[in-house]
Amino acid sequence: MAKQIFKRPEALTEHIFHYCPGCGHSIIHRLIAEVIDELGIREKTVGVPPAGCAVLAYNYLDVDMGEAPHGRAMAVATGIKRARPHLVVFTYQGDGDIAAIGTAESVHAANRGERLTAIFVNNGVYGMTGGQMAPTTLVGQTTTTTPGGRLPLRDGFPLDLSQMLAVAAGSVYIERTSVTSPKHVLKTKKAIKKAFQMQMDDLGFALVEILSQCPTNWKLSPIEACRRVEDEVMKSYPLGVIKDTTQTSN
Amino acid sequence: MTTISTTKTIFSGFGGQGVLMMGYVLATSGMEEDKHVTYLPSYGAEVRGGTANCTVTVSDEPIASPVASFPDFAVLMNTPSLIKFESGVKSGGIVFLNRDLVDVRPKRRDIHVVSIPVNSIAKRLGNTRGANMVMIGAFVQKTGLVSLKSVIKSVKSIFQKKGTKIHKMNTLALKEGAAFVDGLLGS
Amino acid sequence: MAKQLMCGSHVIAEAATRAGCRFYAGYPITPQNELPEYMSRRFAQIEDATFVQAESELAAINMVMGASMAGVRAMTSSSSPGISLKQEGISYIAGMELPAVVVNIMRGGPGLGNIAPTQQDYFQATKGGGHGGYHTIVFAPHSGQELVTLTMKAFDLADAYRTPIILLGDGLMGQMMEPVIFPDPIDPATLPQKDWALDGARGRDSRLVASLHLDPVEMEEFNWKLARKYDAICERETEHESYLLDDAVVGVVAFGTAARIAKGAVKRLRESGLKAGLFRPITLWPFPAKALRTLTRTIKHLLVFEMNFGQMVEDVKVSVGETATVHFHGRPGGVVSTPHEIAGVITKLMYRYNLAK
Repeated sequence: MAKQIFKRPEALTEHIFHYCPGCGHSIIHRLIAEVIDELGIREKTVGVPPAGCAVLAYNYLDVDMGEAPHGRAMAVATGIKRARPHLVVFTYQGDGDIAAIGTAESVHAANRGERLTAIFVNNGVYGMTGGQMAPTTLVGQTTTTTPGGRLPLRDGFPLDLSQMLAVAAGSVYIERTSVTSPKHVLKTKKAIKKAFQMQMDDLGFALVEILSQCPTNWKLSPIEACRRVEDEVMKSYPLGVIKDTTQTSN
Repeated sequence: MTTISTTKTIFSGFGGQGVLMMGYVLATSGMEEDKHVTYLPSYGAEVRGGTANCTVTVSDEPIASPVASFPDFAVLMNTPSLIKFESGVKSGGIVFLNRDLVDVRPKRRDIHVVSIPVNSIAKRLGNTRGANMVMIGAFVQKTGLVSLKSVIKSVKSIFQKKGTKIHKMNTLALKEGAAFVDGLLGS
Repeated sequence: MAKQLMCGSHVIAEAATRAGCRFYAGYPITPQNELPEYMSRRFAQIEDATFVQAESELAAINMVMGASMAGVRAMTSSSSPGISLKQEGISYIAGMELPAVVVNIMRGGPGLGNIAPTQQDYFQATKGGGHGGYHTIVFAPHSGQELVTLTMKAFDLADAYRTPIILLGDGLMGQMMEPVIFPDPIDPATLPQKDWALDGARGRDSRLVASLHLDPVEMEEFNWKLARKYDAICERETEHESYLLDDAVVGVVAFGTAARIAKGAVKRLRESGLKAGLFRPITLWPFPAKALRTLTRTIKHLLVFEMNFGQMVEDVKVSVGETATVHFHGRPGGVVSTPHEIAGVITKLMYRYNLAK
């Protein structure tokens, strides 16, 4: 008799992803769905998708979803979570959303120790609007608004939001991962699961920053895009646990 | 005794003199007597820097404006208050002055002045923070806007949590204020 | 229940609590700081109530959006510049068809302006305020007791129509103390279930609350749906007060604090035999246009009095068309007119048009 070893997670709908070939969003969506299934929280999870390419995340994730204005996901999520504390609430945000227009909301949600799980997808560009410079864009990187490359004293330095939020006393867990290889994908899933678990344990604010690839706006093939993340992006944004208050330091 | 149906009073002084409390006591007492009342404090930047004032309207009919451009009465607890409000008081109106702290006399001749050493009286009663109670006691005794009895009752309920000792001290201060006015009338 | 002497901001906060509001987020701004302060104390006594001092006005309105999505009665409050910041969220709340109560204790503007009582935000409140051509119901209370009834009613209408509602007061309404009587509190558990709220997809399909409609046909359908909802609101929820209008020759049209003062003026004039009356819109949107037009069958001169330099007067003119002459008197800086001043304006008008008999 055939044994089923792989299936669509219950928390994932049957919609076909609209994302570009090689984009990291579809992988990350699936990982979130798998984690929700494994934690058995599909019926009490509410997601807050961003403005940007993942604005349609609610088409794919089969949980209650509530839209937020650009940058305000953490405030909307705060409202949901505080109003119904038994729910598991996560935000899904891009770099522009979480680290530019929504910086204040991010810093203060972390500082209040909101029991939220933030999924922060960092691909260094504003994807949906056509590849403009993001707060996380690397020094020298060419975008549609930095045609000659990002010049820090003109365009600002790449902003490391995860480090910023780690400073906030209310954050309990922050890890940076990527989805460029099966090994990294598995690590990302583990991190996402931990970030949800932290919320369920009522510990505080948890965030996973996922370095993702945007082949379309980077004008690279999917393979080249993954390579760029590993060779260039990770140098500015090294992977690893940035903060974990459940681990005693030695 | 006043016969006008709508009466406006301004209370003014510096922070800590219990100026807003006096207005609140008058408004509460008016409410207890089923009169229409409004209480409007100065607010925001106006009260930063130590001055405080409020306007209380007591009326037999619904109150249109809680603002007093020309108050019938002004209770002025320090000199700057007199300087600020003297000119606005209605002709024939009354200003109540804290004699201990107001060191100038009103210039106008068409208003009545009741000058009371409320700080000294409060000090004599061993209740230095009760000068405002002395003043409001004197004020209602003179104006008859509400009865002294209502004021004593309101003050008791406002300071309910503070206990009987405070209540006794407040009542004494209110009565002393009223008695001072009686003394003025008698002399 | 006994009368209580309370300032307007406290009255709104207490009335909201009694209406079953269980989520409040706000940011300090004068002249309404007493409202969040009261909420923080009051909600500390209620187990399932949440008070959040947000990091910004934007965060506050978006928190209210989130709480409302979760099905909880939610409110925020601010004053003019803060309300400008909240417009983003109010537009989304309208687009997502969420209930929410937004209190604006107006101050003078534009810009930082001052904190004195004005009615400079009439346009902003009644014409949408944010992007996208939506409406909010706008209540304009003129007394402490009306703050109680309208605040409580705001929560009911917000839920019934799934729409943001603005309670529009000014510094005087917020700061002034008056005796008020509160009705018994509503238990939120007894309110109708919200079959759209995000409370976890337990035993049902997952739900979505969003304002995105990429397909133009779908967007159009949605906007027509909003339009029908607004029509229904205009039909059923328009409110006004008529005061001594039956035999009046001049009708003053004023709302909120201005109406209160105008009432005093009308009363004075009546005492000296001059026939003035007051038409007071209680809902500014929907505007009581029909009732006002009906009035012009007998009253041919309307005096619009506003604490701005002329905003509601436009709605009055549209409402009455050529059926009456519309005059205007405004005080746009926070100077609070006396009934005496308004009585003078009305009297002049009466003599100019030979109406004083």
